[in-house]
Amino acid sequence: MNWIFDLIAATLRTATPLVFGTIGETYAERAGVLNLGIEGTMYAGAFSGFAGAYLTGSVLVGLALAVVVGITSGAIMAVMTVTLGANQHVSGLGLTIALVGLSDFSNKLLFSGSGTDLKRIEPFPAWDPFAGLGDVGAIFNQYGLTYVAFLVVAPVAWWVLGRTPLGLSIRAVGENPEAADAAGISVARIRYLALMIGGGLMATGGAFITLAVLGSFTLDIIAGRGWVCIALVIFGRWRIWRGVGGALIFAAVFSLGLRLRIVPGGDAVPPELLLALPYLAVIAALAVSGRNVAYPGAYLKPYRRT
Amino acid sequence: MRILYGLTLPDSGEIQVGGQVVNIRSPRDAIAVGIGMVTQHFSLVRPMSVAENIILGRARGVRLDVDAARRLARDASERYGITVAPDAIVGNLSVGEQQRVEILKALARDCRILIMDEPTAVLVPHEVDALFATLRRLVAEGLSVVFISHKLGEVRAICDRVSVLRRGRMTGTVPGSTDERDLARMMVGRPTFGVGRAMADERLVGPPRLRVDHLTARGAHGLDVLRDVSFAVAPGEILGVAGVSGNGQTELGEVLSGMRRPTAGSVRVDDVELAGATPQAIMAARVGRIPEDRHACLVLDMSVAVNLMLERVDDFLVGGRLDQRRILEHAQDLIARYAIKAGPHDRVGTLSGGNIQKVLLARVLSRDPRVIVVSQPTRGLDVGATEYVRTELLARRAAGAAILLVSEDLDELLALSDRLVVFYEGRIVGEVSAEDADPERLGMLMAGRGVAA
Amino acid sequence: MTRRYDLSRAGIMGATTSGTARVSIMAVLITVGFTTTLFLLAGANPIEAYLQYLVVPLTKQFTLLEVLVASTPILLTGAAVAIAFRAGFWNIGAEGQLLAGAVAAAAIGPLVGDLSPWLAIPLMIAGGALAGAAWVLVPALLRVRLGIDEVVTTLLLNPVALLMVNALLHGPWRDPKTGFPESPRIAASAIYPDLIPKSRLHLGFVVALVVILVAWFVMTRTAAGLRMRAVGLSPHAARFAGMNVERTLLRVALVSGAIAGIAGVGEVAGIQHKLTSGLSSGFGYTGIVVAMLGGLTMPGVLLAGLLLGDLTVGASSASRALNIPSEMGEVVQGVLLLVTVGLLAVRHGRVTRSDPPPDEAEVDLEPAGAGSGEPGPRAPVEPVPI
Repeated sequence: MNWIFDLIAATLRTATPLVFGTIGETYAERAGVLNLGIEGTMYAGAFSGFAGAYLTGSVLVGLALAVVVGITSGAIMAVMTVTLGANQHVSGLGLTIALVGLSDFSNKLLFSGSGTDLKRIEPFPAWDPFAGLGDVGAIFNQYGLTYVAFLVVAPVAWWVLGRTPLGLSIRAVGENPEAADAAGISVARIRYLALMIGGGLMATGGAFITLAVLGSFTLDIIAGRGWVCIALVIFGRWRIWRGVGGALIFAAVFSLGLRLRIVPGGDAVPPELLLALPYLAVIAALAVSGRNVAYPGAYLKPYRRT
Repeated sequence: MRILYGLTLPDSGEIQVGGQVVNIRSPRDAIAVGIGMVTQHFSLVRPMSVAENIILGRARGVRLDVDAARRLARDASERYGITVAPDAIVGNLSVGEQQRVEILKALARDCRILIMDEPTAVLVPHEVDALFATLRRLVAEGLSVVFISHKLGEVRAICDRVSVLRRGRMTGTVPGSTDERDLARMMVGRPTFGVGRAMADERLVGPPRLRVDHLTARGAHGLDVLRDVSFAVAPGEILGVAGVSGNGQTELGEVLSGMRRPTAGSVRVDDVELAGATPQAIMAARVGRIPEDRHACLVLDMSVAVNLMLERVDDFLVGGRLDQRRILEHAQDLIARYAIKAGPHDRVGTLSGGNIQKVLLARVLSRDPRVIVVSQPTRGLDVGATEYVRTELLARRAAGAAILLVSEDLDELLALSDRLVVFYEGRIVGEVSAEDADPERLGMLMAGRGVAA
Repeated sequence: MTRRYDLSRAGIMGATTSGTARVSIMAVLITVGFTTTLFLLAGANPIEAYLQYLVVPLTKQFTLLEVLVASTPILLTGAAVAIAFRAGFWNIGAEGQLLAGAVAAAAIGPLVGDLSPWLAIPLMIAGGALAGAAWVLVPALLRVRLGIDEVVTTLLLNPVALLMVNALLHGPWRDPKTGFPESPRIAASAIYPDLIPKSRLHLGFVVALVVILVAWFVMTRTAAGLRMRAVGLSPHAARFAGMNVERTLLRVALVSGAIAGIAGVGEVAGIQHKLTSGLSSGFGYTGIVVAMLGGLTMPGVLLAGLLLGDLTVGASSASRALNIPSEMGEVVQGVLLLVTVGLLAVRHGRVTRSDPPPDEAEVDLEPAGAGSGEPGPRAPVEPVPI
């Protein structure tokens, strides 16, 4: 029985960066922008979080730095796609390439890391409020950021998007920017905000890995989680809670896959197949719904008042 | 109306609201002085609720006060009789209900002057009645309504006064009870005959070359834009299609060009069935198409020479490759023959409107089509280009082509056509020969007042 | 999702017309300005750094050949992406298609030992091309039949391809003796011969040049190429003129995937001689940079590919000589892409803003009583201020 609690705990932990990333990307896409810079933003968040923590000795400063970096990344994406009206997917890819390169570059420069000599920081302490509950308590032995992700960020993000004027504007801008414009909403301003909020969240997701889980930064630390989030956003039909659900499912499958390998006979299913599922599931879902997939109406189109 | 709502800027003149001169440079300015507009193109966010659409852009503070919107909707319902469920999702509403939401939005912004642009174009009859009831109540509450329409019956039913615009000028303002024929005459005026043509011809005998039977097609909003349309065009004849824009003529052109599939009916050219056929097949039947939207049917970033042969790329190959020499010669030939003021390597997008049209003409007419479908051929062209185009069409007619001419320019139709049909709400409501064409009667037909008189 | 007119795509299509070279040169200059700052931060002299990056690799024979080696895969992926983008098919999946081709090469390679190289190598290339085309088939069909945007579908298949490679390497293809995740070596007859002995320059470079030449010929001199370009610039006009837009897109997508697959074959047959997990260092994505920088033309791809190959080699030699992290190469790529795309967008905005020569009276010939109808002809465009 123990291993179920263990699995749940691992799922929550693994899902945390995905939750941040998915919510961040959801905000961007609901405003009408496909932000392929997510992979690079999470990466830059991971690195800057680590660098900030290492250089100042405080993980909180590191986290703050990561958030700033993320917001900046969102702003750059906004300049490209909103102000200049540049092609969204190529802009996002360029941003990812640039941010990954910058992070690795800075890593070499600052820490001249060479594999074995990894810098370490004291990660966020795990928070174990229910330590006394025995085995079940294992579920609650999570990092602070995990609690924050599920109990604070997700509900707040959902509430803001669905129940505040800002969220209403974001949704309108992503669905029908002409209508939003006619209603007096600044389409550009809203898109900037959405991208910057999204960027901050994405970077936090990346920082979670260095600041909480690993305590250090290695190359390829994000390993495609950004692309997973892109899939999860579509899987979640651009809804916050469904995206969170998708993140949990993916994390559960991933953790399960890891554990299955140890079980005799568990070798039969290659873990890679399980990991490929979210991508394949999204493509299948798109194929099945066809034209009826409710993309935000203005998805991928820069807005120009004519 | 676009000027009143701040979508376009005037070159001169002034607008006064309530005796005060106002400066309207954007929809926000218009709203600020109390002008609201409801167009055919709804500016609603479909996945959101009615209440959310109403408060869009006006909500303040941290919490979204949906209750305020609900209250507003209920008030409007009581005061104006506009019933709409505040929590309904706009995308699920009928077109008539969506239009009511648009009106509510305007009212929510304290609009005192409501402009309605062709509001009944998307409504079914009982929704029209509901709309009129609403408008009467609004007016009773002190609202001013500008009701834009070309449908005489409706205008006379709902309007106190009627102002008629013709060719960008006001022809007059008269009471709403004015006789229909007078209104029609104001709309259409005394036509001036431009290009002369050979009058009543002997040659107009012969089996029709283009036959359209019971053609039906569906448009946006799920309504039919073409309803059981039937007509025929004989060789050496120009059949003119008259009608106010938006009554199905555009869609007719699209179906005949192969760019829109009809839902029913047949299109035959010399016994070849072409309804729903590809442009390829239509061209193979020697149908030439001169489309309404020139910019969309030419590759603006490619050269004149390439655009001129784009419809028959495979005829310009040598040894499997494109024959650059012949493409160039072909272009030079057509440029000379059709007086196109451009070089073969010029990008089509840089040409003036008249020359773009000449490129299209050259491309189509040089293949000696037996049927020509042409829409709005002289829209936006200067006098010289207009004369040229009309002369060409008449020459084709003389050469025996069957020509379908769709145009919003009644003068042009009267000058060029042998017969005229009038489109109204997707149907043909009347047919006359050119000699018997009485502008007043045409105006009536175009405005939906049919055969009665 | 039904297809809708995407204004941003038009901006890129404008890349293929005159002024492209200017945009690319400006992009390079702006990037140079940005990277100067980075060089300074790294404590290096910018002039020296540029020399190291761009010039030094070309001065010694060894490094010059390395430049060509580094260019080989990205010339192919660049061509693949450029062809697709030009026709309006946004193939972001060149990375996955490359890996698919590599897998095919690693599968066929060990089996053709008994054949002469004249047979083995073309067979392997054909296999890789097929695999690459197969990898793009589903996204292409989804786009053509159902109108589903291919950006996400091609993108998401990239990590799937990598997972497939890892599954093979950790599973059936794991080297039984060493336990390393590497596939069995391909047969000697399948190995790309070296073009210059004792260098790493292999047949793949020639393959890349041939592909680029053929692609250039097809794009500029054949009817198929004309169709493809027309479809990319204006699908509506192309359809009106009788072209089968869907068929053209499907064909272009498959060709693009095939070329990317051939890139993968080159890495297996020319460099690694087996399948390894580190086979591609983002060649598929770099291909996008190459394609954009090259203005989506084949001559441009050739130049851009060589430039980026030069940068790659220069980055590692500069890192040794000047202590600048070699990752600068990637930063440059990313910034180059951003700047190129940004400049294109600005230019397109300017182009849209100018009206055609006004030599006619634009009288609006609307009959009496008509409504104001649709929004009129496109008014000049202005960016919406914040």
